[in-house]
Amino acid sequence: MDLLQTSGLTVKRTQRDGSHRTTLNDVACAVAPGEINMLIGPNGAGKSTLLATLSGDLKPSSGNIVFDGVNLHDWPAQKLARRRAVLPQRAGLSLPFTVEEIVHLGCLARTEARRDIAAIVRAAATAAGVDHLMDRAITGLSGGEQARVHLARVLAQIWPDAHATEQDLAAGRNLLLLDEPCASLDPHHQHAVCTLVRDFAHRTGTAIIVTMHDMNLAAQYADRILALREGKLIAAGTPQQVLTRDFVQHCFTVDAAYIHSDAGMLIATRPLSADAFVSP
Amino acid sequence: MPVVPDLVMNNTPLTARHRLMAGWRAGRVPAAPLFVILTILLLVLLVFAAGRGAYPVPPSAVIAILLDKIGLGQGGFEPQQMGVLWTIRLPRVVLGALVGALLGMAGATMQSLFRNPLADPGLIGVSSGAALAVALTIVFGNLWFPGLSQRMGLGLLPTAAFVGGVLTTLLVYRIGRTAFGVSVAAMLLAGIALNAIALALIGLASYAATDEQLRNLTFWNLGSLGAASWPVAGVVGGVGAVALIGMWRLRGGLNAMALGEAEARHLGVPVDRLKTLSIVFSALGVGMAVAFCGIIGFLGLVAPHCIRLIAGPDARTVMPGAALLGAALAVGADLIARTAVAPAEMPIGVLTALIGAPFFLFLLLRAKGRMFEG
Repeated sequence: MDLLQTSGLTVKRTQRDGSHRTTLNDVACAVAPGEINMLIGPNGAGKSTLLATLSGDLKPSSGNIVFDGVNLHDWPAQKLARRRAVLPQRAGLSLPFTVEEIVHLGCLARTEARRDIAAIVRAAATAAGVDHLMDRAITGLSGGEQARVHLARVLAQIWPDAHATEQDLAAGRNLLLLDEPCASLDPHHQHAVCTLVRDFAHRTGTAIIVTMHDMNLAAQYADRILALREGKLIAAGTPQQVLTRDFVQHCFTVDAAYIHSDAGMLIATRPLSADAFVSP
Repeated sequence: MPVVPDLVMNNTPLTARHRLMAGWRAGRVPAAPLFVILTILLLVLLVFAAGRGAYPVPPSAVIAILLDKIGLGQGGFEPQQMGVLWTIRLPRVVLGALVGALLGMAGATMQSLFRNPLADPGLIGVSSGAALAVALTIVFGNLWFPGLSQRMGLGLLPTAAFVGGVLTTLLVYRIGRTAFGVSVAAMLLAGIALNAIALALIGLASYAATDEQLRNLTFWNLGSLGAASWPVAGVVGGVGAVALIGMWRLRGGLNAMALGEAEARHLGVPVDRLKTLSIVFSALGVGMAVAFCGIIGFLGLVAPHCIRLIAGPDARTVMPGAALLGAALAVGADLIARTAVAPAEMPIGVLTALIGAPFFLFLLLRAKGRMFEG
């Protein structure tokens, strides 16, 4: 059973001069519980647009989104917040909230007792590696630390209840949407965040959709790759199926080299032709 | 079997002492002691201010009279003291505290709603919008709708101020809104324009006013607690309580709004309803204050800011803290306003502006550049 399904999803945006540009074109995809899906594609391919549409920030011109059998529009806000969390690319915050307060805000729609919530906040912050920053004001943290605090916040929003059993979890799978969670992180934390997010998907059965720039990370951590180009979904499947050399050349106009290791497939990219390095 | 994942990046053990000190460690005073201190400050100020004036009543007599009124009388005061205190001073300090609390909490609410710490009912034109509605009602109300003031009685001016306040808040919000919250520059500029328009229209109205109406109009522009009486304090207290409770109930959603409108929606906050209710209740609070006491500027800016500096930005602390501090500031300012140049009386709005405007400039200078990005 798929947790999230879209069909015929199309987004047209009005340009400044009044003309329309199709940023998403007839996207049909399905996402299963417990899977980490990575959305890849060149700049302007519509990755963030698709994620914004799935999160409800952007109204599609046509097509529909069905989450757990119910049309996304028909989900009551509170109920949806207990089942789905969204991490935007840029979270602007000018007030000096502490890290703990921010992670707590993630639990706004949760109904557990105060003590259970505190434990969830603690667990999510520990998972994201920001538990040692709990009392610090977020405005004083580095960009990478702030990104991990917001990751902890969305994890806390759908963190499994301490008393939840396998059956409980299976009854209502959650959804997590992440927009470029690795963008401002160093390599160590990129891998740490990807590992965390993948393990979270596998252990809790949460379906996760991540937009990702880095093909190498996508190849190593994704269960499924969804590739977008010019607003169209051009490929979907496992990294091995999708990220072939031909495909990478066609989709990203770069050349790819592969290392097949026991940790999965590693991809290194280089310019498509040697001409790129020739100076005029 | 519980299946909570033991996902850990790095782990530092947490001690009980760490927990206990958490509030202080972030460089903040915890909410509970702060509220106690502010409440004591307010009560002391109330008793002291009630005693000061042309006919001084010592604090001990004030307390004795208050005890007598609630049925625990032991004597210790003269009937004349009782008369002055009960009919003149007490309504005034109580009204001052109510108005200060309303302005402080409305300021905190608007700053959360506009997602920007410089929003103040006076600066962005909400107070003058309310004052304009009041002025128009005073001058033209009976002209256009004969018998209006008889029929509505004490409810007329608050209703007008509330409507004026809601309309101006909506207008400023529409003008200043961008994708990332409300732009400070656009908001302040809209405020300047609205203040100018309101002032000009109030000036126009004054040409059509009778002498008595004119005195009233001057009074709106500068603010005064001189109109205090028990019925007025009763109306402000009753309606004000609705506004205060209404704003307090929005605290969770207003906190989430700090993350951004879309983020708040993802957290399950009904954002559109939250915005409407914030505008309605803060305008109701400001409207009450303006209807009976005119424009008292900067309280809504200074009070929430001080609390944020002391205790952090959590709305659950800032909102009640700003109400208590706003009340104390208003009572204190009114005390100075009516005793400093006795037997004459300064408008309280002049005093709060003298203290508040430099504070505002200081905030602007400190935040220059950073705050104008939005």
